[in-house]
Amino acid sequence: MPTVLILGAGSDMAVALARRYAAAGHTLQLAARNPDQLRPLEQDLRIRHRIAATVHAFDALNFESHGAFYQSLPTPPDIVICVFGYLGDQEKGQQDWNEASRIINTNYTGAVSVLNIAAESMAARGTGTIIGISSVAGDRGRMSNYLYGSAKAGFTAYLSGLRNRLWHAGVHVMTVEPGFVATQMTEHLTLPPLLTAQPAEVAEDIYKAAENKKNVLYTKWFWRYIMTIIRNIPEPIFKKKKL
Amino acid sequence: MRKSIANWGNYPALDCDEVSFASEDQLLQYVNSHDHIIARGNGRCYGDASLGEHSISTLRFDKAILFDEENGIFECQSGLTLDQILDIIVPRGWFLPVTPGTKFITIGGAVASDVHGKNHHSEGSFSNHIICMNVLTGKGMVTCSPETETDLFWATCGGMGLTGVITTVKFRLKKIETAYIAQKQIKAKNLDEVIQLFEEHKHYTYSMAWIDCLQKGDSFGRSILIVGEHATKQQLNAKAAQAPLTLPNKMKLTLPFNLPGFVLNNFTVKLFNALYYGKNTRRVIENVVPYEPFFYPLDAILHWNRGYGKDGFVQYQFVLPMDKKDGLVAILKKISDKGWGSFLAVLKTFGPQDDLISFPMEGYTLALDFPVRKGLFPFLDELDALVLEYGGRLYLTKDARMQERVFWDSYPNAQRFKEIVKEWNPDGKFRSAQSDRLNFQFASNNAG
Repeated sequence: MPTVLILGAGSDMAVALARRYAAAGHTLQLAARNPDQLRPLEQDLRIRHRIAATVHAFDALNFESHGAFYQSLPTPPDIVICVFGYLGDQEKGQQDWNEASRIINTNYTGAVSVLNIAAESMAARGTGTIIGISSVAGDRGRMSNYLYGSAKAGFTAYLSGLRNRLWHAGVHVMTVEPGFVATQMTEHLTLPPLLTAQPAEVAEDIYKAAENKKNVLYTKWFWRYIMTIIRNIPEPIFKKKKL
Repeated sequence: MRKSIANWGNYPALDCDEVSFASEDQLLQYVNSHDHIIARGNGRCYGDASLGEHSISTLRFDKAILFDEENGIFECQSGLTLDQILDIIVPRGWFLPVTPGTKFITIGGAVASDVHGKNHHSEGSFSNHIICMNVLTGKGMVTCSPETETDLFWATCGGMGLTGVITTVKFRLKKIETAYIAQKQIKAKNLDEVIQLFEEHKHYTYSMAWIDCLQKGDSFGRSILIVGEHATKQQLNAKAAQAPLTLPNKMKLTLPFNLPGFVLNNFTVKLFNALYYGKNTRRVIENVVPYEPFFYPLDAILHWNRGYGKDGFVQYQFVLPMDKKDGLVAILKKISDKGWGSFLAVLKTFGPQDDLISFPMEGYTLALDFPVRKGLFPFLDELDALVLEYGGRLYLTKDARMQERVFWDSYPNAQRFKEIVKEWNPDGKFRSAQSDRLNFQFASNNAG
């Protein structure tokens, strides 16, 4: 069974993905800044699904460490899922460069840094799948979260270019654009229940779409249409809204 | 974030600040910086036991920790639900030692309610099968068991979260050969007959009865007794025997929205009961069924609670001592005369139980639903008076409205329980809308 590397394995979405891939019998490599926090999940996956799992220290913001991190994995992964992200505080980030750069570096620079390494490795082997969790927030900048949104927009464009390049090398790249998901990251927000997905639903969507080699996945599915509408609102109108 | 939260009965709905935790560190941080906290699992208690100023959700704290497949021992974090545990253990030949009528509860909730199942008369309540657990008390994290920190252990089993937040639980499982139950359904003409049938079938591991509480005269208390045992491989048909520990796939129905209140009236209640009763045309039916419909008949309709409309309902569950059959008759009569009856009425016998604060005691327990309506609570107060008169008590997990005095007068160890709670929760950090209503008089408690 193929090996799956989950980057940013501490989040709710990552837990759901790990469980979905483990249920299908995959070997899991779980990576996060604090690997000790992943031990309970590692144990849980072994007990639930009798699969092999390992945990690894990975800091998205420590770009220089990414090469050594990837080299240290017990086997080169067949599927890499880049889940980590940082919503941050938009208002704080407007005044505080530390916050702004953390948003940008986590969601964009860090992701590019580690996926560049994964891409080289997979291209050399001529096989593999890269799944990047971006966000519908990257489809159009809004006043409430454009720091996060612009970093995700950059990540979406990166994945699109990477897909184009790696297709020729036999490697598949899938962009995932989740809408609202009920996670700890969004617990303090009031989300409309009908538009909000549970992490397990998103994980199921991602698993199936990756199996079918989809290029861009909106999850839940209706976000594709919601975002088409939002992208097409004329700028003179859009800019006057408080979105 | 503050929001209106209700548990399974949709009554009461209270404004609570609900947060979750995924690690012990997050839990510690939250508990150290907040007061008036109550743990909440999957929200399947019926009333206000897990509602409060700050309700802390255990649902993200849901990891399996240990599964000893040789000896049948399981340990997990408190937010793991029974349905997920069953998914893990049943295919490997093990079952829950005790399960209530829904599998959508967390293990923390199972302990805090000290849940009972159809096997209470033969195997006791959940606490009977716990090896040890960790509780984040008002004095820090403590490991307790029937051997160590026993006061804390027994005040936590059935203690409705008042000793602190249960974080991990280690318990014993039951060995099974198949995922099926060999069941026997027997019609009983009336209450006397069903009570006699319970007696005749008490050697069965599992037993309960559906009782039609709207019948009068000769049919008063007509019922269907259902008893069962875990099926052996030999009892399965050829197809099921190929994969004895795997269940056939099934459809799930869901009620997506609240039905208007008028759906539940005397007519529909009678119709339901008649259908259920009429379904069995013979007096005795014996068959082998998957464990799910046997243990969790209502889980197949995912949100059946919405059938009671947006005003919600209360489930009234009491237990009376074995020698108080006249009390059972008196209470059933009162319910039947009132006609505000119940979509679901379950009768069961409990075996002996002599721990601190758990609900079961040797006797009969009856559980009924009442949609919330004008005049209901005074009526239930009248029922409470009868329950007290006959030496019984009410299940705190179902309770949303009992008056303070009823609790303190009916639970013989209530004062001792309160003393232990105060020892482990000295500042009243852990308290719920229910504990305020029942007036536990924590230091800063102004209620009552």
